[in-house]
Amino acid sequence: MIVTRPKPLEEVLSFLKGFRKILVLGCRGCVAIYHVGGDKEAKALAQKLSQKGFEASSKSVLRQCDPRYLKDLKEELSQFDAVLSLACGVGVVTFAEMFSEIPVYPGVDTLFCGAQVERGVFQEKCRACGNCLLHLTAGLCPVALCPKGLLNGPCGGSSEGRCEVNPNKPCVWEEIIKRLEKQGRLEELLELFPPRDYSLAEGNSPREYVHGKASK
Amino acid sequence: MERPVSKLQRLLEEGKFVFTVELQPPKNASKEEVRKKLSAIKDFADAVNLTDCSTASVSMSSLAASLITLEEGFEPVWQMTCRDRNRIALQAEILGAYALGVRNLLCMTGDHPLVGDHPQAKPVYDLDSVQLLSLVKGLEEGKFFNGKPLKGERPCFFLGAVENPFATPLHFRVLRLKKKALAGARFIQTQGIFNLKKFERFLRLAEEEGILEKVFLIAGIIPPRSFKMLKYMKERVPGMDIPDEWIKRMASARDQREEGIKIAVEIGKALKEMKGVRGLHIMLIGWEEALPEIVKALR
Repeated sequence: MIVTRPKPLEEVLSFLKGFRKILVLGCRGCVAIYHVGGDKEAKALAQKLSQKGFEASSKSVLRQCDPRYLKDLKEELSQFDAVLSLACGVGVVTFAEMFSEIPVYPGVDTLFCGAQVERGVFQEKCRACGNCLLHLTAGLCPVALCPKGLLNGPCGGSSEGRCEVNPNKPCVWEEIIKRLEKQGRLEELLELFPPRDYSLAEGNSPREYVHGKASK
Repeated sequence: MERPVSKLQRLLEEGKFVFTVELQPPKNASKEEVRKKLSAIKDFADAVNLTDCSTASVSMSSLAASLITLEEGFEPVWQMTCRDRNRIALQAEILGAYALGVRNLLCMTGDHPLVGDHPQAKPVYDLDSVQLLSLVKGLEEGKFFNGKPLKGERPCFFLGAVENPFATPLHFRVLRLKKKALAGARFIQTQGIFNLKKFERFLRLAEEEGILEKVFLIAGIIPPRSFKMLKYMKERVPGMDIPDEWIKRMASARDQREEGIKIAVEIGKALKEMKGVRGLHIMLIGWEEALPEIVKALR
């Protein structure tokens, strides 16, 4: 799931200064599931904007990250001066690429690929690095969960299972070791983990994947 | 056996008990300051470690400070971390450092920017310390990290790594040390040791794994300057293990500096007695004046 956080209202208002007719565009994907940018949230934000003197209305599409669900907006958009998107960054960019004539502003900050570990608490679990090594690390990701992204961890700062950089967080390498030990696989860690291939990750941007084709 | 590439290597191979001292390059552009610090420790160390922006805080480059050390006729241990450079920059600097005469290289992962003075910095960590060791070994064997041949003169270092015998999980520390030895480390400098019993257990485990035949182990000492500093290290520095007996002694000492030196000497003597300890690495953390007395008592 892509985890997002609403931008403060003051920040949003600072973007919209000078516009009058605003479309608050929600998305029924990830942002809707955790009540950040679905139908309800889009409607509530449009109401707030109306109270601040804007002519604001709201609408949601099934997924803003898919041009198929955006294309029908074309006609409607001519009635607005600007769009405030409550989708993640992927949605905002997909919208902007399709409709270059109308300004679009982000209403949320896109944080990470994560899981809701308890109600309202989201944690990053995957860095989308393009070279998954979870088969070596008992299913836990040091790329995402170790601040140094160590592949041959843990570093010299882990203490009683806590991370040196964020002492309130567990050291993922200690967890990996515990699990591999339980599974009788500790010896595997004596192998030198090769370095990551950044040509599969942020070193090669923008990344593109064509389904069914080997691609970077 | 191949000829040693540095004095530090030669002394260790001859079986001499060595003293290395850690020096933090100044947080300014003064060559004079480096010289001054060096002259204070010169007669009491076989080699001096130049830290690479320790605690992720900016100071003069460890390579530059290593070169000043060489100019002063003294032997540097160039510390290099993975925090600020990708594999291109790492290799470029390693080749340059060798060309300029640096021969001891200590490979570390490096403190995270979040604990330093520029927490907004991008943490690089393209490689980790183990991978850095294998990168250097590769260059020495005539291949770049991408596998392509390095034509012409190859670098050749006395290669080191660090280990913290007190970080958890304890039993894995020994395996990680083995990993570093396999990756190319020839000497190991440890985190400051206060818990002698625990360290001895670590040593014996390392011996059982056959690691002490592969690497020279140089044990770390941090002379406690004051009760406050010792307490701070115990409570705040991750991976430090400081038994209460030292804290109590510092707390009740009439002269804390004198007591700090006494403690450092006691720890040093105990470490020197342990089988497998081939030298001491003294981290002064700015307390250069303490060095002569400590080393004189331990030599």
